[in-house]
Amino acid sequence: MQRQLANMKQSLFDQGYLDEQFIQLEELQDDANPNFVEEVVTLYYRDSARLIQSIEQALEKSPLDFSKLECLMHQFKGSSSSIGAKRVKSECTQFKEYCRVGNSDGCKRTFQQLKKEYATLKKKVEVYFQFARQIGPVEKACRSK
Amino acid sequence: MTVEKIMSDSESYDDFPARLRVLAVDDNPICLKLLETLLRKCQYHVTTTSQARMALKMLRENKDRFDLVISDVHMPDMDGFKLLELVGLEMDLPVIMLSANGDPKLVMKGITHGACDYLVKPVRIEELRNIWQHVIRKKRTEPKNQNGSADQGNDNQSSGEGNGSQADRNGKCNRKRKDEEDFSEDNENENEDPAASKKPRVVWSIQLHRKFVVAVNQLGIEKAVPKRILDLMNVEGLTRENVASHLQKYRLYLKRISSVASQQANMVAALGVKDSHFMRTAPFEGLGDFRTLSGQGRFASAALSHYTTGGMFGRLNTPNVNLRNLSPSTLIQPDHGQNITNSISSLGKVHPALASTNQSQSLFQGIPSSLELDQLQQSKCGTGMTSFNAIDNSRLRSRFSDPGAAINSSSNIFNSSTNMMLHGSYQQTMSGGGFGNQSSQNMASLNLDTFNVGVNSSSSLLDSGTIQSSTTQPASLLSTEPFHSQPPMRTTGNSGFSNDPYLQKNPIDISSSTMSLPLEDSREMQYQQGLVGDVQNISHIPSQRWGEQGQSYGHGSTATFGSLNAHVPVSGVVSPLSHSLDQDSGIVNEKMGVFMNGRFAGGASTLMLQNGNEKLASESRAMANDSFLLEQQKIQTVFAPRSYDPLDAMMNAMIKREQDETIANYDFGFDDYSFESGM
Repeated sequence: MQRQLANMKQSLFDQGYLDEQFIQLEELQDDANPNFVEEVVTLYYRDSARLIQSIEQALEKSPLDFSKLECLMHQFKGSSSSIGAKRVKSECTQFKEYCRVGNSDGCKRTFQQLKKEYATLKKKVEVYFQFARQIGPVEKACRSK
Repeated sequence: MTVEKIMSDSESYDDFPARLRVLAVDDNPICLKLLETLLRKCQYHVTTTSQARMALKMLRENKDRFDLVISDVHMPDMDGFKLLELVGLEMDLPVIMLSANGDPKLVMKGITHGACDYLVKPVRIEELRNIWQHVIRKKRTEPKNQNGSADQGNDNQSSGEGNGSQADRNGKCNRKRKDEEDFSEDNENENEDPAASKKPRVVWSIQLHRKFVVAVNQLGIEKAVPKRILDLMNVEGLTRENVASHLQKYRLYLKRISSVASQQANMVAALGVKDSHFMRTAPFEGLGDFRTLSGQGRFASAALSHYTTGGMFGRLNTPNVNLRNLSPSTLIQPDHGQNITNSISSLGKVHPALASTNQSQSLFQGIPSSLELDQLQQSKCGTGMTSFNAIDNSRLRSRFSDPGAAINSSSNIFNSSTNMMLHGSYQQTMSGGGFGNQSSQNMASLNLDTFNVGVNSSSSLLDSGTIQSSTTQPASLLSTEPFHSQPPMRTTGNSGFSNDPYLQKNPIDISSSTMSLPLEDSREMQYQQGLVGDVQNISHIPSQRWGEQGQSYGHGSTATFGSLNAHVPVSGVVSPLSHSLDQDSGIVNEKMGVFMNGRFAGGASTLMLQNGNEKLASESRAMANDSFLLEQQKIQTVFAPRSYDPLDAMMNAMIKREQDETIANYDFGFDDYSFESGM
C-alpha cells in the first residue's frame, strides 16, 4: 500500500503534474500541522475556482483587457507554483506571454488548455489524498521522507 | 572553550532567529498560508495580512512590534514597492520583497526602492531561514558607531555566519537598542515623530538630513558617495550603510522633485509675483491652512496645483504648487526692491507652496511632527499656513535636532552673512537628516534658494530688514508647506538666495507658521522683506529672529518663518513685500504668509535678499544653484515662490532639495499624508 502510494506520487511527478514544491509542502506537515498539505490544496482549489471564473468573464469581453488578464493570471500562477502544480503553472506562463503580446486567440486557447490541466491535476491529487488517508498517518510519515 | 562557545552559539542560534517577529503581506491566500507555515517552521513569530494598508496600520501602531516585513510585489490595494518605501521611510524596517515574477527588472526595482532582499515564489524554507540576517545587519549598521568595539567583537562573530555568533547577535540586538538610544540624539525623533521614536534604527531627523543634504551638495550630487558624505556629516553612530540607503532615497526624491519643480517653476513664472492669492490654499490640500494664503494662493494654486501633480508631495504639492507659483520669486529676483517684491510675491505664492512643501516636509518627517508643526505654526502664524507650518515647525523642530538652531542659524546666517544663512540654514536644514526633517531642510534649502534669489538681488530686500519683520509671516506660511515648496524656490532664485539655507528653514517655518507670520511678528524682524516667503527671509532677518524666534517653529523654522513671514509677503505678496518689507512685518507677514506658505521659500529668499545678505544670497544662490536643491525645492515645496528670485531660488532649491528628499522619502511613506510620493 505504501508502495502504491509512493508510486502514485512518483507518477504524478514523472508526468509533470507536480514538482518539488509539493514535497516542500509535505515536509512542512508535522504534528503541529497534520493536514497541512490537504488544507493548502483545498485552499488552492477554492482560490483557483474563483480566479478561473474571473478570467473566463474577462475573456468574454471584447476587446480583451490584457493587463487585467495578466494580473489575474499572475495570481493564479503564484498559487499554482506554491503548491507545486507544475503543468498548470506552465500554462499560466504561456497565457501571460500571450497577454503580453496581445494575442487574444492565443490567450483563449491557452486558457482552455489550462483548465484541462487543472481539472486533471485536481482529480489525480484527490485520488492521491484519498489513498493516503486510507493508508494512514504512519505511511504518510514514511512517504514524506 | 571553543566547543562550549559553539554549543552556546548553537543554542542561541536556535533561539535567536526564533525571536524574529515577521509581518507577512500577500494578497494571495495560498501563498500567504504557505509563507506563514514556512516562517513558523523557522520558529519566527509570524503575523499575516492580505492587505498592505492593514500592514501599514499595524506597523504604525507599534513600530517595535516587528523586526522584518515580507511583502508580495503585486497586490491589489497597494503596490508592493510603495509599501516597501513607506516602511523603509517611516519605520526603517528591513523589507523583503516576494514575487512569482523573478524578472531582473523587478528585482532591480526592489533594490532601488530599498528592499533588503527579493525572493521568488515559490519560496523555499532554506531561503527563509536566513532572513534574520537582514535584521541583524540593519541593527548593526545603525548604532554601529556607538557600539564601537563592542560591535567589532560581535561583528567578527556575527559576520561569521549565522550560527556562530548568535549569542553575539543577540547581544548585539540588545546593544543595538541601546545604541539606538544613543544614536537618537541625532535624530530628533523623540519629540516629534512618534514614528521616529527610539527604535534601533537610524532615524533621519531633519537635522540629520540637513547635514546629509549639505554634505551631498558640497560633494555635488553626482559625486556624492556614501563614504564621503558620511565623513562630511561627521555624525556619530551613523554608518555608511545608513547614508547609502538614505542617499538612494534622496536621489529618488530629487528625481521626483525635479520633474515637479520644473512644472512649478513654469507655473510660478507665469503667475508672476502678485499672487497674494497665491496662497490659495487650494493646492494645499494638505495644508488646509493655506487658506490664508488663499488670497494669494491664486497664483500659487495654479502653480501649486501644478506642483501637486508632481505627485511627490501629494499633499505638499498642492501647496507647493502655490509655492511654485511663487516662482514669481524669480520675479522677485529683480534686485532688491523688485526682487523682493517679486520674491515676496512669489513668496506669497510660495507660501502655498511652501506650505505645501512644509507639508510635504512634514510628511517626510513622518508626519507626526509635521502635524505638530502645523500646530505650532498655526499658533504662530496664524495664517492658514500655520497648520502647515505647525507641522513643519514641529517637524522642523523635532527633526532638526536643533530646530531652533536651524532656524536660528539661518537667522544668524542672515545676519552674519546672508549667504551664510542660507547656507547655514540650508545646510542645517539639509542635514536635518531624516526626511522628516527634510521639510525643514527643504526649507533651508529653499531658503537658501529663495534667499539666493532674494539675496542676490534682493539683498535689498533683506536690507529692508524690516521686511523681515513684516514678512515674517510669510515664512511661516512657508514653513510648513513652503518647506517643501521651498525647494522649488530654489530653482527660481538661486540668485539671491543665499538665504536659501535660511529660507529653507523658513520654508519650513513658513509653512508651519503658516506664514501668517504670526510667528514672526514677534520677530519683527525685519521681515519686512516680505521675503517672508522665504523662510529665509526670516533668516535674514538677521538671524535675529530666528534664533530668537525659535519660536513656534520650534524648529527654528518658525523663526525663519517669522522672518520669512515678513519676507514672505514677498512671494505671494511680493508686491506687498516690497513695501511691507519696511512696513511692519505684520503686513509682510501676511502677504508673505501667503507666500510663505508656498513661497516661503521664495519669500524667504526675498527676505533674504532684502537683508542684504548678499552674501547669503550668493551663497544661497550657490545653494540654489544646486539645481538639485532647487529642483527639489521645486518639487517639494511648490515653492512657488520661486519668484523670489535669488532667495527663493535658493530657498526653493534648498527646500526643494530637502523636500525632495523628504518628500521623496515621505512620499513613499506618506501614504497617509496624501503625499503622493509619486509612486
